[in-house]
Amino acid sequence: MALIDALLNGLTLGGVYALIAMGLTLQYGVARIMNLAYGQMLIASAFAAYWLFTAFALSPLLGLLIIALLAFGLNWLLYQVLLTPLVRRARTSEALEVDSILATFGLLFVIEGIVLVIFGGNYYNYDYLGRVVSVMGTPLTANRLLALGFAIVIGLGLYLVLHRTRQGTALRAVAVSPTSAQLVAIDVRKAAAFAFALGGGLVAASGTLVSMFFTINASMGVVFTMKALIVVIMGGVGNLMGCLVAGLLLGLTESLVATFVAPGLTLAVTFGLFLVVLIIRPTGMFGKAGA
Amino acid sequence: MKLGEAMFAALGVAGLAVCALLPLFGSGYAMSMAINLLIFTVLATAWALFSGPTGYVSLATVAFFGIGVYVAAVLGEAWPWPLVLCAAALAALGVALLVGLATLRLRGVYFVIFTFGLAELIRQVVTWYEANHSGSVGRYLFVDIEQRHIVWQLTALAALVYLTGWLVKRSRVGLALRMIGDDEMVARHCGVHTTFAKLLVFSISAMFMALAGAIVAPRWTYIDPTIAFNPVVSFQVLIMALLGGAARLHGPVLGVIPLVLLFEFLSAHFPNYFSVLLGCTFLVIVYLAPRGIVGLMDRLQGGKA
Repeated sequence: MALIDALLNGLTLGGVYALIAMGLTLQYGVARIMNLAYGQMLIASAFAAYWLFTAFALSPLLGLLIIALLAFGLNWLLYQVLLTPLVRRARTSEALEVDSILATFGLLFVIEGIVLVIFGGNYYNYDYLGRVVSVMGTPLTANRLLALGFAIVIGLGLYLVLHRTRQGTALRAVAVSPTSAQLVAIDVRKAAAFAFALGGGLVAASGTLVSMFFTINASMGVVFTMKALIVVIMGGVGNLMGCLVAGLLLGLTESLVATFVAPGLTLAVTFGLFLVVLIIRPTGMFGKAGA
Repeated sequence: MKLGEAMFAALGVAGLAVCALLPLFGSGYAMSMAINLLIFTVLATAWALFSGPTGYVSLATVAFFGIGVYVAAVLGEAWPWPLVLCAAALAALGVALLVGLATLRLRGVYFVIFTFGLAELIRQVVTWYEANHSGSVGRYLFVDIEQRHIVWQLTALAALVYLTGWLVKRSRVGLALRMIGDDEMVARHCGVHTTFAKLLVFSISAMFMALAGAIVAPRWTYIDPTIAFNPVVSFQVLIMALLGGAARLHGPVLGVIPLVLLFEFLSAHFPNYFSVLLGCTFLVIVYLAPRGIVGLMDRLQGGKA
């Protein structure tokens, strides 16, 4: 059945999109940093996973833990060193938005350039859990299912952290209003740094998962940034559930278009869908009206 | 200040005159450098025409540039050249009006992402159309246009951009745009028809970008969507305009000259590190000169006075 094939493929793809976008929604929604280097960070961690797997035969799942922790630290440092001056300099949130776009845009080239220098422009992939599993008659590779599982576990875990813990509640408060959050004794800068670092850890985790079944290339980052942005903005900035729904929707749309219309048009349809959502509801499907 | 502006105007006229006379005595290399400088001068100034006063950061530069290139590639061999240029400008006008009407109410990051998405969308659609309906993804363009003709056309276009920019700045629309940049809500309350003002200047700027694309298209001979709609161009234009300072008419060119030379130098001597160095340059600009070279010069002048 072509339809069931397309639906299942779309779901696994969508799960990955949702996972990728969750980190960005934290960075943009809470820390207010529009990180244009996001896709490059993803690619860099995918390459790190590749390197750990081929050079040390380290399982990507173990690699995921190491890389995500490392990325958490690096992103925290990045926020403290590179982005805090911008936060201090910005008078309005709009000014910070423009500044952060410009700064991370420079970062984009730096990260991409470093990966290019180390690995060159070739395509890489490795084989891990590549065997085929049949789900309802549809052949799917095990690593894709694993990635979907991880997306669900991480998404749920994050949701629980944000809604059930003090620290998480503080993060949500900052997302709603940084100025009011200060009034209830939340250290906004600390919370923002934590959110940015958490987002960085998430993108590293999704990068390692993606590396298990995508063929990666140093200059692919932009594609992931765009996808993540599309999902984040469609789902409403800072909204995890919105991320999940929008991610799945995007995955399903792509898979259906590739199966029933033309594979060459998937990206065009993605952007088309995004542009339509943006025009009808600029704050996203689940965003606050008038924000 | 008046003196400064007169000085810049004189320098600009002199620069354009040099470009216009260059084909008579310059070498092929000099002309190719002049073409690079002129393209980016036109693109960055056209970009700043709209994005400078309003603060709407557009990444759609290459969308309009690419439209121009493609109109030239499709019609170039069949139509007389002036008509091709008109067609390119009109095509860009059409797209700009359509897009502008739908999107100019988006602000901040939404507008940035939208314009970037737009450029990618157009590229994907063109690629798909060329692959499925015209047989091959690339096109060849053979027209009787030499390098020196390109230089002359671009010089004329650059002069036209400056003239338009000067006129816009002096007009009511220019004032309206600056108000929108300061506070759009206030502008609307003062009776400024914000949509009209934004749409008008956005379309003008798009037409210049398309014209630049159409004019340089013959230089490539072989054209495909990855060349015509290369997203790096949008970014380069953005960097140049910001480095120079988008708030003034003469600002962008001050960023174009050093960066075109720098890119030329980097890609010739450090092709592998091009990306890293480009990124670092960009970071330096963002952190050290947020208001561009023009801003730095103003600060120096202010310090003296």
